[in-house]
Order: sequence, then structure tokens, then C-alpha cells
Amino acid sequence: MKADRTKLPAPGPASAVHLPSIRKETLGNGLAVWTVAHNSVPVVSFMLVVPAGSAQDPAGLAGLASLTGDMLDEGSGARSAIDMHDALARIGAQFDTEVGVDASSLSLTTLTTWQAKGLTLLADMSTRPALVEAEVDRVRQLRVNRLGQLRDLPQFVAQQAFTRFIFGDHPYGHLPVGNQQTLGAATGEAVRAFHRRVFVPQGTTLVAVGQAPHEELLAAVTEAFGGWEAAPEALGHVPAVIAEPPDQPPFGRLALVHRAAAAQSELRIGQVAAARNTPDYHALLVLNTVLGGQFISRINMTLRQKKGYTYGARTAFEFHRLRGPFAFQSSVHSQVTADALREAMSEIEAIRGTRPATAAEIETAKAALTQGYARNFETAQQVARAVAQLALFGLPDDYFEQFVPRVNAVTADDVLRVAREYLNPDRMGIVIVGDRDVVEPGLAALPYGDPVPIPA
Amino acid sequence: MNIPFVKHTLDNGLQVLVHEDHACPIVAVNLWYHVGSKNERPGHTGFAHLFEHLMFEGSEHHDSGYFEPLQQAGGTLNGSTNSDRTNYWEVVPKHALELALWLESDRMGYLLPALTEAKFNTQRDVVLNERRQNYENRPYGLTTMAILAALYPPEHPYHWSTIGEVADLHAATIDEAHAFFKAYYHPANASLAIAGDVTTETALALAERYFGEISAGPAVPRPRISAALEEERRLVMEDRVELPRLYLSWHSSSMFSDQDAELDLLSDLLANGKTSRLYRRLVYERRVANDVAAMQNSREMSGFFQVMATPTPGRGLADLELEISEEIDRLVDDGPLESEVERSRAQVEANFIYRLQTVGGFGGKSDQLNAYNTFLGDPAYFDRDLAQYLKVQREDLREAAGRYLDRGKRVTLSVVPTGRTDLAVPASEPVVAA
Repeated sequence: MKADRTKLPAPGPASAVHLPSIRKETLGNGLAVWTVAHNSVPVVSFMLVVPAGSAQDPAGLAGLASLTGDMLDEGSGARSAIDMHDALARIGAQFDTEVGVDASSLSLTTLTTWQAKGLTLLADMSTRPALVEAEVDRVRQLRVNRLGQLRDLPQFVAQQAFTRFIFGDHPYGHLPVGNQQTLGAATGEAVRAFHRRVFVPQGTTLVAVGQAPHEELLAAVTEAFGGWEAAPEALGHVPAVIAEPPDQPPFGRLALVHRAAAAQSELRIGQVAAARNTPDYHALLVLNTVLGGQFISRINMTLRQKKGYTYGARTAFEFHRLRGPFAFQSSVHSQVTADALREAMSEIEAIRGTRPATAAEIETAKAALTQGYARNFETAQQVARAVAQLALFGLPDDYFEQFVPRVNAVTADDVLRVAREYLNPDRMGIVIVGDRDVVEPGLAALPYGDPVPIPA
Repeated sequence: MNIPFVKHTLDNGLQVLVHEDHACPIVAVNLWYHVGSKNERPGHTGFAHLFEHLMFEGSEHHDSGYFEPLQQAGGTLNGSTNSDRTNYWEVVPKHALELALWLESDRMGYLLPALTEAKFNTQRDVVLNERRQNYENRPYGLTTMAILAALYPPEHPYHWSTIGEVADLHAATIDEAHAFFKAYYHPANASLAIAGDVTTETALALAERYFGEISAGPAVPRPRISAALEEERRLVMEDRVELPRLYLSWHSSSMFSDQDAELDLLSDLLANGKTSRLYRRLVYERRVANDVAAMQNSREMSGFFQVMATPTPGRGLADLELEISEEIDRLVDDGPLESEVERSRAQVEANFIYRLQTVGGFGGKSDQLNAYNTFLGDPAYFDRDLAQYLKVQREDLREAAGRYLDRGKRVTLSVVPTGRTDLAVPASEPVVAA
């Protein structure tokens, strides 16, 4: 049979996706243990989710949660940092600590053969890290130095400035890594106190994904973590951040971080938008997919494909426990900075009214979100990560099963409504990292006034 | 341990590899063209990569964006160009496999009728922006260009980097794109891997249906040009950076050749992770460096081995050069410890197993089959590749370090903050822009 090139072959009916099925237990000390069977390669993946992140950094100590996370693999008991990594290497482990806004997560992946050993090391690191003064000093100094280097990276500078510009003094207003001034104050004692308060079994979830049966995984976890002492009543919960983020950028509309002779301007436009538990979650995903979530989205097609301003442009909602940011981001040729801002803003405006998402665009977006859903569950690590989100945000057990039907239930009216509700161009902040001399003349023609400074 | 597959070559020369994995209802399509920046000529650099961009702009029977139908069907896709090959991939739900093959085959067979001057010009602008974003506006972003230019003479195909020179990109023409396509983008210069939830029979039938009608093109010459340094080259480059950084680079083995595995293991032993020798000495114990890294960059004709380190604030690069050189000498004199070799073996074995977890995308099973097939003509090489690593003994590592990491035959590049050439290692000459 010859190929028919008169039309594209229509994809066949979608096939059933095997979604993770979670078994939940709670150990005597309060640690939640969630196991998921995943049979492909003899690999097991663990993820320990502690529900406290950079939003729990004490006042004046931005970066403490992240520094604490970074210290966990720097020795435990008689083991030095080097010994710890030697032990990890000998089981071929992939280990990572990730401190986000709402959580600190440790992930460890190893071969099934090394399951028990991997769990012991994970318990050593998370529940009994050494956190000795000299080691804290050493790691903190490395971070301070690293922050100095990051000042040269326009993407980082823009991200840091944008986060501060949008959230102001709110606990979401700084990046987890912190800054050079506050890190200087993060002493060994501060790290130990933070660890004591936050790394407690109550409220923490260990996700285990592998080939072994549930009972075996549970027994192995119990062996490694059963002895983790429950914290006293007073410490048995993490103080939640309850203050709502600001509705508009507290310092002004437009900020410009000067970078002399920059080849490009790094741009951010955005606002405080939606929390993870919003009932509009699925509608927002559809909206963002039309606007800027993938290559064929409006923003990229206009700025990259039509105008050639940039290598790429995108938008995203970041969903936190409280309302997280919506952000447009791109890196554009310096000469077209103002034009690029105008085009991006005009796309954001248009999707709220003059050019709402069309039925065809909405179908495309839904298909992208639903047809590709299976891909998120290919490896044990991906499954562990997805399941950890359920634990962190208290999402229902049937969340994965409900995802596709809920996306499919989103209507054009929903998309327009959430665009109007969550995208408010008058309340968006704009951050530019670029060459002032090249960029400023063009900005005068835009309706955002003069750039304002971002207070330290 | 292996990636089981069936290989079939179509009449037009296209090599088709099929690997079944029914764990997840997705299929990966992965297509390699055996062409990269090493097929360019001086004055025309950056063309292979610019051409990769044009492959996403539509073909005769689907003259609109390549991404749209695939993202609409829930697929992901991408492509990349390096010195030796250009790869394109899609990962799609299994019921959209035919769509992916239709599109891949249409751009292999019928790209040129849809290629316009306007598309060409826009993608040139996009690439110039990619260059600004990832090279010019990024700290240390121009160092690899300087190192390649110093390691290889101007006429050697590894002298320039894949992104190309700005002037060459401006001078590129649509006629060159036609010639480039005819020379390199045809079935006999390509390898197609299909991996995932599909039967071998169906995959082969679909490959024949969509690609069988495309004509074979001219044979592509594959010169192997060697390169060597007769003496050390000491260079300094100023950049917009907070801290200086030292880059040491040596010529080394080509991909999959003798001692490629040894060099890869040496890079781990020297600077990968906290147990590595340089991390322990420079970052952990003496605290003179912020970070250190090493890698064996193996390429088709030859490789280069690199060590790089950033000192802590307030320090220059001269001390780091001495410390690193001493540590390498120690390795050359005594070889590694048995316990270090054992640890490497455990890591290598686990990493090969991790490589079996995904069917598609960069580094997935389909990509690995194509890499082995394209560079070795042997897609079954996975287990022998692993064996190359597992057989390595202490003495092999010592010997490889002695043979390649010669202080007198390296490029020693100091990257320093603008105006601070005093931080460079002594006797360094400024890098001359191309």
C-alpha cells in the first residue's frame, strides 16, 4: 500500500493508560508511606516529601530551607560527606534534594537489588544528618560564592527580580536559594533548629515506586524509618503560611535591571494567579496551553515564528499551596525589547476578549494534555514525582483517573472566564534584564511609566 | 542486558530498527541523519544546525508547522544537531504512530518544494537569537568555541562549533539549503528507530509504506581527519563573569574507540561527584575551588578530554593549574585505587540499566539504537559497550591517563572577568576572535 499524501492520517482511538494505583499506610510515628507497583526495569524510586520549603524560611533568613536541604547529604553519624557519597555511589544511586516553595523533597533511585540499602541511606540523610558547624560553614560559603556567579546569568537575575517584584515581602517573594546577605546569617544552629522543627514524621510522606510487592516495600520502609521518633506535640506540624500574596505588584508596574551591552533582554511579565487547589486548575491548563504552554501556542508562534524576535517564548502558571505566579518569559534581541513586550501583552489581552481561544485551539490544547498523559508515567522516578504531588497538595486518590475527563469537560466559556479572572494585564508586573541604553527609548512609548527600583 | 531489536534495510538504503516495549502505550520515532557541523566548510559554519530548524517549517504535502499535528495528537518532539549527526524524534500515543511516520517521511522526501525565502530568513533570525541566548549572553558561553579553535587547525571540521559564526549565518543562502538537503537528507544517509508499544511487523510495514518511495541519494564521503597538538597552547579570554575559570583540554579517543571508556571513567574518577579526587582536594579539603568538572567528549573522528574548575573568590587560576596538574600526575604515576574502580563499576552498571527506562527522546532506547547503528553499524552494541567499561582495570586507567593527559600537549584556557587578565595562568596569549 502506498502512502496517501493527500491528507494526514487521523490518529486512531486513544488506548487505555495504566495509571499508578497507590496503597497508603501510616507508620506508628506518623510517617505516611505510599507504595506504587511499577514493572518495567529493575529500578526502585523513593521520594520523601516534607511539607515545608522556602516559604517557611524565617524572616531575615531567606535560603535557610534550601541550605538545610543541601546539608542532608553532608554526613550522618560517623559518616562524613565523602563517606555518604561513597556509599551512594556504591549502589549506583541517583540522589537529589529539591527545595521548592512549599516542600523539601529528597529523591533516591537505585537498582531493586539495593532497595534496603538505599532506604537506609535515605533515612540517615533525612532523619539524622550530622549538620556540624564546620560543614554548614563550608556549604554556606559555596552557596554564597555560587550566588555571586549567578549574578552573571540573566535568566536567574530575571527570575529573582520578578519573584520579588510580584510577591514583595510575602514568603513567596524570594527564590529558595536565598541571597548572599541572608545566607550569611544562616548559622549551623539555625540549620539544626530548622531541621528539628520541619523534618518530623508527622505530615511527611514517603513514596516508594518499584517492582516489589506492596508488603515488601512497606516492610523495607518500616525497617528504615520506623525508628524515626515522632516529634513532640508542639513540633508535630509545620506552621503553614496563611497570609495571601498581594493582588498587584507592590512596588510598581515596570522594573529594569541594567546589564551593560547585553546581547538580549531577558523578559518576564506576570502576576499572582492561582493556587494548586483551585477548582479552575484544569481550565487554566487548557488556557495556558493555548496561550503559551507549548511550541505551537500563540505566544511562541508570534514572537519566534512570525517575528523572529527570540529563540523561544512561553507562559506558565505555577501552582503553589497558596496562589502562585503566572508568568510570560522570553529572551529577545535587545533592539526589539519594547516590540516584544507589546506583542506579548497584546496576546495576553486578546485571549481575554478580542480573540478568545477558538474551539479548534481548545480541542488542540485538550488533546495535547490528555493524549500525551501516558508519557508522564513511564519511569519509576516520574511516577514517584507525580504521586508526591498528590501528597503535597492533598489531592484525591482518583486524581490521575479524573485528569483526562476533567480536562475534556472544560468548555470555551470556562477558558474565557478563567482568562478574564486570572489574567489581569493592569495588575501585571514587568521585569526586564537588559541594556538600559538600548532598551529605555522604546519603553517610553509603552503605557507602564518609568521603571521603578526593586527594594532590596 | 540489551535493547532487543530487529533491523531491516529498505531498498533505498534506509536502515530501520524496531524495538518492542509494551509497558506504556506510547511509541518513539527517532530518525538520525549522518550529517553534522563537521560536514560544513569554513565560511559556511552553522549551516547543519540552521538546516535542522528548516525541517520544522513544513514540507510539500503538509506545508505548515511541523509541531501542530503532533502536539495536537499528544506527542512531544524535538531535534538536535552536533558535530557528527542530526537527530529528530517524536514520542506519540501509540495510535498516532502513523501520523509521526507520515510527517517524518514527508520532510525527508519532499522538503524543498515548501522551502521559501521567508521561512529561511525567519529561522536565520531565530538561530541568531539562539546564539545570543545560549552563547553570547551566557557566562562562559563562548569558551567551547575558543577551545575547539585552539585544539583543531582552521581547516579541520571540528575547528568550529555547531552554532556557527555570525557572519557565516548572515551569508547563508537558500540555494545552499537545497544543495545541503540533496547531499545529506536522504534514506541512504539515515537511520530510523521505532521503539515502544507496537509490533515489529506493523512498524516495518509502516516504515516501508512511508519511506519506501523516497529515492536514495548520493553516497556521503566520511573522511577521518586526525588532529594533534605538538605543544601546549596557553590562552586567556575575557568575559562578563564574576569569577575566573580554568579549562584544560586534551585530544582524546574518538567515540567507542579504544580507551574511550577508560577516559570516560577517568573523568568520573577525577571530578564527578563528591567522592572524586579533584572535588575532594579542591572543593572539600583545601576549599580553593567552588566547583570542578571533567568530561570525555567523544566524537566520531576524535575526542577531547576536559577538566574545568572555578576558584573561590579572590583567587587566580595559577594555583588551580598546579593543583589539578599534580592530581593528574598522581593518577598517571600510581593509578587509581582498587576501591575507586569498584565504585565506578557499580555506577556504570546502574547507569546502563537506567538508560533502559525510556523509549524515546534524547538518550532514550530509540536514540541509543540509532547512535550505535550510525557510528558503529551495530545497533546491538549496548551490552558490549557496557562490557568495555566493566573490563577496565586500574592499570588501564593509569595507562590511559599517561597517554592522553600530557601537560605538554593541552590547551590551557583561562577565562577571566573583563579587565582581569592578571588572574590568568602565566604566559597566556589572548584568544583572537575568529
